[in-house]
Amino acid sequence: MTQPSETRSQTNRRTGNFLLEVNDLQKGFGGRAVLRGVSLSVPRGSLFTVLGPSGAGKSVLLKCLANIEEPDGGQVSFEGRTLDFRDASSRGSFLRRCSFLFQGNALFDSLTAFRNVSLPLEQTTSLGRGEIRARAVEALEQLELGDYADHYPGMLSGGMQKRLALARAIVTRPEMVFFDEPTAGLDPLRRNAVFAMIAKYQALVGFTALIVTHDIVEALVASDTVALLHQGEICFYGTPDEFASSPHPVVQSFRDSPAALRSTLDGLRRGEAASEQS
Amino acid sequence: MNSDKKLEFGVGVFVLLGLAALVYLTLKLGAGELVGSDTYPVEARFANTGGLSAGATVMLAGVTVGRVDAIRLDPQDYSAIVEMRVRAGLPLPADTMASIKTSGLIGDKFVALAPGADEELLEPSARITMTESALELESLISKMAFGSVNEGEGEDQKPSTSTEP
Amino acid sequence: MDVVGSVGSFTLDKVRGLGDFALFTGRSLAAVFATKRLGARVARAVYEQGFRCLPVILIVGTFTGLVLGLQGYYVLNRFGSEALLGVLVSLSLVREMAPVLAALMLVGQAGSALAAELGIQRNTEQIAALDTMGINSCGYLVTPRLLAALFVFPAQTALFVAVGLWGGSLSGSLLLGVDPGVYWSSVQRAVESEDVRECLLKAVTFGLLTVSICAYQGFHAHRIRGATGARAVSAATTKAVVISSIAVLAADYVITSFLI
Repeated sequence: MTQPSETRSQTNRRTGNFLLEVNDLQKGFGGRAVLRGVSLSVPRGSLFTVLGPSGAGKSVLLKCLANIEEPDGGQVSFEGRTLDFRDASSRGSFLRRCSFLFQGNALFDSLTAFRNVSLPLEQTTSLGRGEIRARAVEALEQLELGDYADHYPGMLSGGMQKRLALARAIVTRPEMVFFDEPTAGLDPLRRNAVFAMIAKYQALVGFTALIVTHDIVEALVASDTVALLHQGEICFYGTPDEFASSPHPVVQSFRDSPAALRSTLDGLRRGEAASEQS
Repeated sequence: MNSDKKLEFGVGVFVLLGLAALVYLTLKLGAGELVGSDTYPVEARFANTGGLSAGATVMLAGVTVGRVDAIRLDPQDYSAIVEMRVRAGLPLPADTMASIKTSGLIGDKFVALAPGADEELLEPSARITMTESALELESLISKMAFGSVNEGEGEDQKPSTSTEP
Repeated sequence: MDVVGSVGSFTLDKVRGLGDFALFTGRSLAAVFATKRLGARVARAVYEQGFRCLPVILIVGTFTGLVLGLQGYYVLNRFGSEALLGVLVSLSLVREMAPVLAALMLVGQAGSALAAELGIQRNTEQIAALDTMGINSCGYLVTPRLLAALFVFPAQTALFVAVGLWGGSLSGSLLLGVDPGVYWSSVQRAVESEDVRECLLKAVTFGLLTVSICAYQGFHAHRIRGATGARAVSAATTKAVVISSIAVLAADYVITSFLI
C-alpha cells in the first residue's frame, strides 16, 4: 500500500490540502438536536473515517453532506467554495463530482446491473451511447462483475450487490465518494474485504473517500484520518496512531469497548459461578 | 432483451388500439358526417320552438342533412329564430318549408325541411319564411277532444310576418 | 381553545399539503425539458398504464354497456321509445361512464402499482440515490408517467366507449330485440362533437390528476406519520387510491357543471 500514499501526497501538493470542509454543521429533528456544530476537514485523496457509536448522528451527517437532508445551520465547502444547498446549480455541480454509497446499497431493483451502472452517465452527462457502454463495462469489470451485467440486483449475493453499488458510484469518476456504513451487518472477513475493496479502488481510480462506520478495528487499519462523532459533536480528529494513544475519555471507552465487554462478561460469569456454588 | 421485446409489443398494441378507438370516437361518433365537411347557414323564424334545442338534427325526407346551431329570441316580436347549418351540396329552393317535429311520441325534436318548387335557391344565411311551429301534445289532445284538428293545423301554418333582412 | 387550535393546524396542514402537491406536479411537468432519454421511460409507462390495463378496461367497458342496454331498455320500454336506446347508452358512456370508470379502473390497477413502486423505491433509498447522483428524481420517475397519462387515459376512455357501445348493442339488440340499425343510427345521431370534447377533457384531467396524486403519495411514503417500512408503503398506496378516486368524482362534477 505504498502507491496510494504517493498519489495522495502528489495531489495534495498540486491543489491545496482540503477537498471538503465542514464548519459548525447543525441539524435537528423535531426539536432534538442530532448534530450540534460538527466541523471537519477532509484532506484531498485521503481515506477519511468518521467513527461513532450507533445513534451518534453519523448517517445524518452524511445525508447533510450529500444533500438528502438540508442542514439547519453551518457551512460545507467543497474545494474552498461554500455550497449553497438551496441553489440547484450549485448543488448539481457538487453532486456531479461526488458519489454516495448507501448502507442498503439503494440499487435500482428494476434495472439490470449494467443499467444500474450506466444510468448516472445517461442522465447526468452528454456522453454518447458507445462511450457510456464502454465506461459502464469498464466499471463492472473493475469490480469483477463483468459476467453479471444482465443480472438484476435481486439475483446477486450481498457482497456482489455491494460491489455493484461501488461500481455505480465510481462510474462517474467522482472526486469524492461517501460511504454510509459500508460494512454494516457483515461478518469480519467480509468487513475486511469491503475495506480492502475501497482502498484498492481508491488507489485505482483516485477518489477521496469519507467513510462512516462503527467498525473500529478495520477503520483504524485502513484509513489515514479518523474523526470520532459522539452525541452530535466531533470529540476526536487525527491519524489512527493518534487515535490509538488518545487520552480522551470517549475515545478510550470506544477504543477499549472489547476489553470492557470482556470484563463485564467475566463479572457476570463470576457472579453466575458464585450463585451456582451457593 | 426478451422483456424489451415484450414491452415494445405491448406498447405497439396499445398505441394502435388506442389510436383506432380515439379516431372512432372523435371522427365517426362525435362529428357525425357534418363537422369538417362544408355547410352553409340557414335561419328560420318560428312562433314556438316547443323545446327544440341546439344540436338537434335537421332532416329532409327523413335523412339528416344538418344540425341546429343556435336558437335565439327576437326581442321585437317575441318569436324564436333558429339558426341551422345545412350540408353544402344540398341547394334548397327559396320556398322551402321548415317545421319542428318529434320523433316518436316523446322523442327528440328535430327540424324537418320540405322543399318547394321555386326556381330560386336559398342564399346562405337566408331566412326560411314558411315555418310550422312545434306541435304541442297538450293542444293536440284538446283539439282532438273538440274535433278541430284540421282547422288548428291551418292556423298554425301561417307564414312568418318578417321580411328579409 | 384546543379544538380551535387543532382545527387551525389541521387546515394549515392540508393547505400546506395541497401547495406541496401542486409544487410536486409543477416540478414534474417542468422537468420535461430537463430529463434525458425520456422516450424509453414514457414507453414503459404507456406499457404499464396502457397495455397492462387493457383487459380490465375492456371487461369493465363491456359490462357497463351490457347493463346500460338492459336498464335503458326497461326504462324506455315503459314509454314505448326503445328506439332511443342508442341515445341513452352512447350519451351516458361518452359523457360520464367511460371517463369516470376508466379512470377509476386505471387508479385501481396502474395508480396503486405506481404508488407502491415509488413507495418501495423511497423506502430502499433508491429515490435518495437518484438525488445524490444529481438526477432529478421527479423528472426520472414522475414526468414520464404524467406524459404517458396524457395519451393513455383518453385512449383507454375511447376504448371503453367502443366496447361499451358494443355491449349495449349486445343486450339491447341481440337479447331484447331493438333493431341494430335503429340502435346504431341513434348512437350516431346522439353523440355531438361537444360530448366527445367533454369526454376527452375529462379523461386528460383525470389522468394528470390521478397519476400525480398516486406518484405524490408513493414518492412521499416516508412522510406517512406513525408508520415506517412496509406499513408506510401500504398506507401510502391506500391513500393514493382513496384520494385519487375521490378526486376523479369531484373533478367530474366540477367539469360537468362548467360544461353543461
